[in-house]
Amino acid sequence: MLDFVQQLVSGIALGCVYGLIALGFVLVYKATEVVNFAQGDLMMLGGFFAFTFIGMLGLNYWIGFAGAVAAMALFGMLAERLVVRPILGYPQFSIIMATIGLGYFLRSVAGIIWGTDDFKIETPFSQGVLRIGSLVLAYDKLSVIAATIILCALLYLFFNRTTLGTAMRASSENMLAAYYMGIPVKRVVSIVWAISAAVATCAGVLLAPITFIHSNVGLVLGLKAFPAAVLGGFGSIPGAVVGGVLIGVIESMAGFYLPQGWKDVAPYIVLLAVLLLKPEGLFGLHVRKKV
Amino acid sequence: MRFLFKTDYEDDIKLFPHSGYIFSYGLLLALLLIAPYVLSSYLMSQVVFVCIYATVGVGLLILTGFTGQASLGHAAFLAIGAYTAAYLQQFNVPFPVYFLAAGLLTGVVGALVGFPALRLQGIYLVIATISFAFIVEEILARWESVTHGNEGMRVKTLYFLGAAVPRDGPTFYYLCLAVLVLTIVGSLNLLRSPTGRAFVAIRESETAARSMGINVSLYKVKSFAISAAITGFAGVLFAHKLSFISPEMFTLQLSIEFIIVILIGGTFSLHGAVLGAIFLVMIDPFLTYLKDDMPGVIAGLAATLGAGQERAAHIQDAVAAFASANGLKGAIYGIIIVLFVLFEPLGLYGRWLKIKLFFELFPLYKHATFKRQKIYVKSERNR
Repeated sequence: MLDFVQQLVSGIALGCVYGLIALGFVLVYKATEVVNFAQGDLMMLGGFFAFTFIGMLGLNYWIGFAGAVAAMALFGMLAERLVVRPILGYPQFSIIMATIGLGYFLRSVAGIIWGTDDFKIETPFSQGVLRIGSLVLAYDKLSVIAATIILCALLYLFFNRTTLGTAMRASSENMLAAYYMGIPVKRVVSIVWAISAAVATCAGVLLAPITFIHSNVGLVLGLKAFPAAVLGGFGSIPGAVVGGVLIGVIESMAGFYLPQGWKDVAPYIVLLAVLLLKPEGLFGLHVRKKV
Repeated sequence: MRFLFKTDYEDDIKLFPHSGYIFSYGLLLALLLIAPYVLSSYLMSQVVFVCIYATVGVGLLILTGFTGQASLGHAAFLAIGAYTAAYLQQFNVPFPVYFLAAGLLTGVVGALVGFPALRLQGIYLVIATISFAFIVEEILARWESVTHGNEGMRVKTLYFLGAAVPRDGPTFYYLCLAVLVLTIVGSLNLLRSPTGRAFVAIRESETAARSMGINVSLYKVKSFAISAAITGFAGVLFAHKLSFISPEMFTLQLSIEFIIVILIGGTFSLHGAVLGAIFLVMIDPFLTYLKDDMPGVIAGLAATLGAGQERAAHIQDAVAAFASANGLKGAIYGIIIVLFVLFEPLGLYGRWLKIKLFFELFPLYKHATFKRQKIYVKSERNR
């Protein structure tokens, strides 16, 4: 039983990271119908920025964290401006390929700049455990869970309570109509990319104590975030996080209870099952086909 | 400029619209046939890879380019073909038998993937094919009684009609070339048949295709099966060329490379597969050249431009360090993909057509001829 709870918590922590990456996918997808295959690599880059600020320049953890988030938000806007905006409106496949290319590029450049070793960031949560009875929970895992909850709440408030959030939802429904209503769609899309890159950075920095940062971490985790996004229903913000947590728990449980090898494929088997049985996901909207 | 006067409906679907085609493709074939006697063995080996990649590219084009079903899982089909060959070869099965068996098995697997894919579209299909490829990769690594797991499998020399076909020899090149040419001719014939027309109709609009009486599900599954089978054939040659296969060769990276092949070549014509394969495979010798010769060239250039001896040596070291950086190949791939999507979405073959049209129409060429339309209203979510 204790093992089960232990696995559950580490699964949830891992799942929160998947959820945060999936959240980035969903934000961009909702606003522009672009699926950003480079989301995991944005996370990786955010982690490296934080490592540069905290580990190499020796800044305070929180300042470094904020600096990395700000830098990555700018970077997200830049990526949107240079790569995505010129091809908005073209078939989805082209855009997917462009983001795959962007991911390739980021991965390789990070490998060239920071090398291919594993890096570790010293965080306030790196050491120490919370003991509840005989249950031992590491702070680094709890910090991921807490941060995910806070981020989700903030994003929820942002999308539902602010004008900018409403504008974003409007342009995600119908870009052209939103433009006619006077919403600066281009700027809105830029901001969405900035938010998505910032969320990815949070995931990267929080993940740093658990799995180390290296240039390929984005590919591995980014691909695991797809099952999360699909399970939650592509396009649903709470769905992304719930999907992420479920995938994390499934992976963690599969690693513990099933023979070796299942851990890595379990998320994808779930993904295929979801796509076959309930393609709109847990929270997705079922849209009728129009001609 | 040549004007074709069409007198028959059949003229529209001729393999060779006029005698010029026969001449130029005949010349190309002749050049390819004498290539082993002209090119160095390293280049020949690259040309063999071009043939294999182009075969996969043709398979992928049928699915992605003509039926409009994106796939990022073709490395898995290649793996199934390669492993079938390696497995059957252990029991002394002759080459033609396991070659066909590999194609058949891969085709069946492709059809099995096609059935669930019927319900999926666009991004979901991409994600599903990625998942499929991951699962196949994991099965290859774990099913040790058949695949030897992560140790990989040795592939013995190919025997065809009683004679050995060493993987470095010209005979192997001719074999790959023959497979490629047969695949291309077969695909061209397929694409001008009712089946091929149905594929294109599905790509343009599924709803329209359905209302024309096309059984969309059947043709999608067919497209998956044919595409997978072609990739399986290529897998057999791939296994023989490398003479050793292991699961980590058939990763997502390889699937992306195949997509790069058709993306760079051009997704609207079979020429694209060949041009893209040439581009992708020849980037390796180019990078080697970059690594070995560029530092010297640039330093020489700097020296002639008036930089001192010491300065030139410094520049040479810096360039050499940059050129031999580990991730350079990946970075170049990434930039190439992005640049092609942004600036040349029709690929190399599209560029060739533009240049041809420019000279044919000389002073009257319009830039807008090839311009694509942007659509902001039609949402792929509501399809």
